[in-house]
Amino acid sequence: MTPTSLETGKTPAKGRSLWDDARDRLLANRAAVASMIVLSAITLISILGPMLSPHSFDKVYRGYVKVPASLSAYPKPDEIEPAFRTLLKRARVTIVDYAREGDEVVVDITSKREIDPRTVRYVDRSDMFENAVLEGFAADKKSAVLRADINFVHFYFGTDANGRDMMTRTFIAGRVSLTIGLLATVVAITIGVIYGATSGYLGGRIDQMMMRVVDVLYSLPFIFFVIMLVVFFGRNFILMFIAVGAVEWLDMARIVRGQTLTIKRQEYVQAAEAMGVSDGGILKRHIIPNTLGPVVVYMTLLVPKVILLESFLSFLGLGVQEPMTSWGVLISEGARNLQGAPWMLIFPSIFLTSTLFALNFIGDGLRDALDPKDR
Amino acid sequence: MTETDTNPVLTISGLTVDFDTPTGPVHAVRGVDINVRAGETVAIVGESGSGKSQTMMAAMGLLASNGRTSGEVTYQDRNILGMSVRELNQVRGKKITMIFQEPMTSLDPLYTIGRQLAEPMVVHGGLSWKAAQAKALELLALVNIPEPERKIKAYPYELSGGQRQRVMIAMALANDPDVLIADEPTTALDVTTQAQILELLADLQKRLGMAVIFITHDLGIVRKIADRVYVMKDGEVVETGETRPIFETPAHPYTRMLLDAEPTGSKAVVDPKAPILLEAQKIQVAFALDAGFLTPSHVLKAVDDVSFSLRRGQTLGIVGESGSGKSTLGRAVLNLLPASGRVVFNGELISGKNRASMRALRRNMQLVFQDPFGSLSPRLTVGQIISEGLLVHEPSLSARERDERACQALEEVALDPVMRNRYPHEFSGGQRQRIAIARTMVLKPDLVVLDEPTSALDRTIQKQIVDLLRDLQTAHGLTYLFISHDLAVVRAIADTVMVMQRGKVVEAGQTEDIFEAPQSAYTRELIGAALLTQSHLAEG
Amino acid sequence: MHRYVLGRLLGAIPTLFLIVTISFFLIRIAPGGPFDLERPLEAKVMENLNRIYHLDQPLWNQYLLYLKSIAALDFGPSFYFRDFTINELFAQSLPISIQLGLTALCVALFIGGVLGIIAALRQNQATDYTVMTAATLGVTIPNFVIAPILTLTLGVWLGWLPVGGWNGGAFLNVILPVVTLALPQVAVVARLTRGSMIEALRSNHVRTARAYGLTNYMVIVVHALRGAVLPVVSYLGPAAAALLTGSVVVETIFGIPGIGRYFVQGALNRDYTLVMGTVVVVACFVILFNLIVDLLYALLDPRVRYD
Repeated sequence: MTPTSLETGKTPAKGRSLWDDARDRLLANRAAVASMIVLSAITLISILGPMLSPHSFDKVYRGYVKVPASLSAYPKPDEIEPAFRTLLKRARVTIVDYAREGDEVVVDITSKREIDPRTVRYVDRSDMFENAVLEGFAADKKSAVLRADINFVHFYFGTDANGRDMMTRTFIAGRVSLTIGLLATVVAITIGVIYGATSGYLGGRIDQMMMRVVDVLYSLPFIFFVIMLVVFFGRNFILMFIAVGAVEWLDMARIVRGQTLTIKRQEYVQAAEAMGVSDGGILKRHIIPNTLGPVVVYMTLLVPKVILLESFLSFLGLGVQEPMTSWGVLISEGARNLQGAPWMLIFPSIFLTSTLFALNFIGDGLRDALDPKDR
Repeated sequence: MTETDTNPVLTISGLTVDFDTPTGPVHAVRGVDINVRAGETVAIVGESGSGKSQTMMAAMGLLASNGRTSGEVTYQDRNILGMSVRELNQVRGKKITMIFQEPMTSLDPLYTIGRQLAEPMVVHGGLSWKAAQAKALELLALVNIPEPERKIKAYPYELSGGQRQRVMIAMALANDPDVLIADEPTTALDVTTQAQILELLADLQKRLGMAVIFITHDLGIVRKIADRVYVMKDGEVVETGETRPIFETPAHPYTRMLLDAEPTGSKAVVDPKAPILLEAQKIQVAFALDAGFLTPSHVLKAVDDVSFSLRRGQTLGIVGESGSGKSTLGRAVLNLLPASGRVVFNGELISGKNRASMRALRRNMQLVFQDPFGSLSPRLTVGQIISEGLLVHEPSLSARERDERACQALEEVALDPVMRNRYPHEFSGGQRQRIAIARTMVLKPDLVVLDEPTSALDRTIQKQIVDLLRDLQTAHGLTYLFISHDLAVVRAIADTVMVMQRGKVVEAGQTEDIFEAPQSAYTRELIGAALLTQSHLAEG
Repeated sequence: MHRYVLGRLLGAIPTLFLIVTISFFLIRIAPGGPFDLERPLEAKVMENLNRIYHLDQPLWNQYLLYLKSIAALDFGPSFYFRDFTINELFAQSLPISIQLGLTALCVALFIGGVLGIIAALRQNQATDYTVMTAATLGVTIPNFVIAPILTLTLGVWLGWLPVGGWNGGAFLNVILPVVTLALPQVAVVARLTRGSMIEALRSNHVRTARAYGLTNYMVIVVHALRGAVLPVVSYLGPAAAALLTGSVVVETIFGIPGIGRYFVQGALNRDYTLVMGTVVVVACFVILFNLIVDLLYALLDPRVRYD
């Protein structure tokens, strides 16, 4: 019996693995695909946004506290003159003639005393103007022409109560929230998978004991522990995701244990045992590939849970510390300023909600794709 | 045997059933005409996927939500197909009733038997709950349920499969139906229970005179109970007629194939002086149940003091119903679960060996499972599955050599090696069982334990697998331990037979002796129940 | 039955002991104390305070003292609300939180259950998709976003409802907090009910009920729904925990003097006894709720009853 098929060069038919099927089903799920696009867009914008934005996330514009979101540039045309006049009043010079030439303001000024050349600093210090120059001094130095460029800036999402650009802050908050979501999930998954797989694979008494521990931990009011941890040990970025991760591993442990137990009873595992395959081989070729599906699904659904938990803590004022920020922090500030400055709540909320929405849809889509019995 | 001039009580004409699926419509039933007359038993026969169940589900308005129908189902001059649920409920459950294949799940686990029996009587018969309970008690007695006063208050999980099916029959009879549709009512039951249920149905029909439509894949049952037969294949009726002519002179090739599909022939005799390959002495397997923290564990003896010996090239058939311990025995012999007693394989004592020291021996002793869907790892390709044993036992082989061996093994089980990069879910049940056999053959073992290898397959496929197993045995001098509840298959493949009941050996001997002259009552009951006597006598 | 309940209650004691121990030491090893104010107190005053609250004793002794008092159901004096004992604070705040939580739970179960059943009966139709999208929204929009928006629209702009405060549980005051607290749970319950209802409707015994011409009410309510309710009942335990968590936010936003708000204040002010007391009370509630859930489950499912 010669391996004819090899020698005749007939190419073996390509099979479709369950992963291939699942991928196709996922890609056929329009909600999931749209969600993936939204999520990648948000991720990308959170990573690149702060670098591309003209504003730094912690730059304070004193002249623009709580200005509304707008597509046109600040300062608005009708604000320029009053603002300029206020500035020069503070510099104790009198304006004789005000004129705006394009993006430049030209004023003739006089003063009772000699005009100090440092007057320009008053103008430059403002967020609205730059490159102020004094020229054409009169002989007594008591009058001159002051020219200054108007510094046009855009605040597409408005500014917050400290006059910081909300757009950049929303992006940077996205970095923080997504990072915490991802890191905490990795912590939770790692603990959960190792614990659950050990418990399920060893079985018997050890399994009973290990699951009893999980049961006891389940009845603890964990959120209160997290609050205590964060309050008493300071608001530390790393501590935060460890705390959250340490809380959320319980479900994962249960799921993985259940899966391991089920798969261990499957005939293909018994078949491998009957063939003399070692524990390592069984784990590697049979158990792990078949537990992967539920773990991936759970992971996708855990990320939004963790982000939500983080924003919950931030809302209570226990989140990351200023000037760093997260969506939860921004939302909590926004909620406090909702009446006067709704944009402070709206934009971070849109980002947070679309992220959570997208992740949930991807998770649901993945579950349907990996386990298509429920259709 | 029935008067041809009586009008049919139920007529199905031009019925089609289509299902909308994500991959396009599936035509399950393509224009079927079936009728049944009062007091008559009609059998609809076909293999899985022939559309026989969907035909009756459609008639009863029980299709899944993605199913669409056309055609007519006439009962009392009215087309009940496509009736509103309200109108249909005047008929179904009252004049046309149905019992299902799955006795374990067909009853609501949350209500008592009495309550569920009473419901159709209250709804259709206008009885008060109290009167319905009294009638339910009578019905339970009618279907021979022991202690009906107690069982009426029991929940379904407290009853055995056979008893639940009796409850379903009682429910079906509650409103004196004209037509009883029985959808594979005995398939999930043990053979002896199966025989009792069939007897009960036949008896009740004689007394109550309703028409019975019996859906089954089992030709033995058809021959025993049906007046007329419809043979279905791929959603169409390919042949119909009175039972006897169909069995004696089948016209359609598919019917002939179904009839020939009963495994026949017997195994070539081997040299009685061949060396003994496997010897088992006083095997005992006990499971501790409910070993909780506080509750004392009580012990279930799954296998109790079983001994046998098996010569090279021989096949030992182990026969028994579910719970007889036959599968446990097979695993105990392979040292896959802890057992007491002595097992000597190829002159080597293997009892008490640990996993590591067993590993080298495993290549010579292989196991094939019942469920061809569960026994193949779903995320590996067929090639990987077949060559996995080589990774363990011949680690020196290169990937290319392993691939060649996998191809050879596939050719041996008559599968195209081109398929080796496909995944198990892309194959049919019979093909998967071939793959499972190829996985054992790649290691060229001495002993193969076959645990119900044909039970999950259609009859025609069963026959092919039995033929394949016999061919492989002759070609490679294999020794089989063949575990099955199916006496026809065992008869076709085994040299010697061992009958087990509740962990003990009831009877053992040469295959022909056991089948021709069974000594114990239990064996006689088994053989009688399996309807073997009839079908084999008929063939001479 | 009585033995079972008693056994479960006794079984909760080690869990509670564990909770007390963990939280006690967690709080104490943390830096900072209840009297570390921005302006340090005089040494004499500090000494007095420490003596009154036993803070001058070794930690181990404090722990034993606390265990002893808690065994007598005395949670001790508050460190921050100096004129009150914790028991007094709880006597005021606990009924408020319970009322809030239970109302929200009932609302969530009723609305969520009805929505889930409707979606299941209209599976893969427009109604189903609408309900499920709304449910996903409900799960994803945090209640601290919903709360201010509701307050602003219904409270400030339209002026229909009061913006905050409890007002002795007056109906109008309760609406916004209950809705905010219930919304995410409505969504979860709806999803859960839909899933289990679809499974139940496909099950063999419901097919039997249909085949026997039972009325729609009997098929859907008597046979499908009772089985479908079981997973929802199991969810009541986690739901109670989630409501307790949610109450922290809701009570803070709406200025309701419940235990959730006290907990946050206590934690921020290092009020040891208040924090400990809240944790213990909350844990008791979760344990009690899980017990009720198990009893309810046994009531509904005979298979569990006899085990």
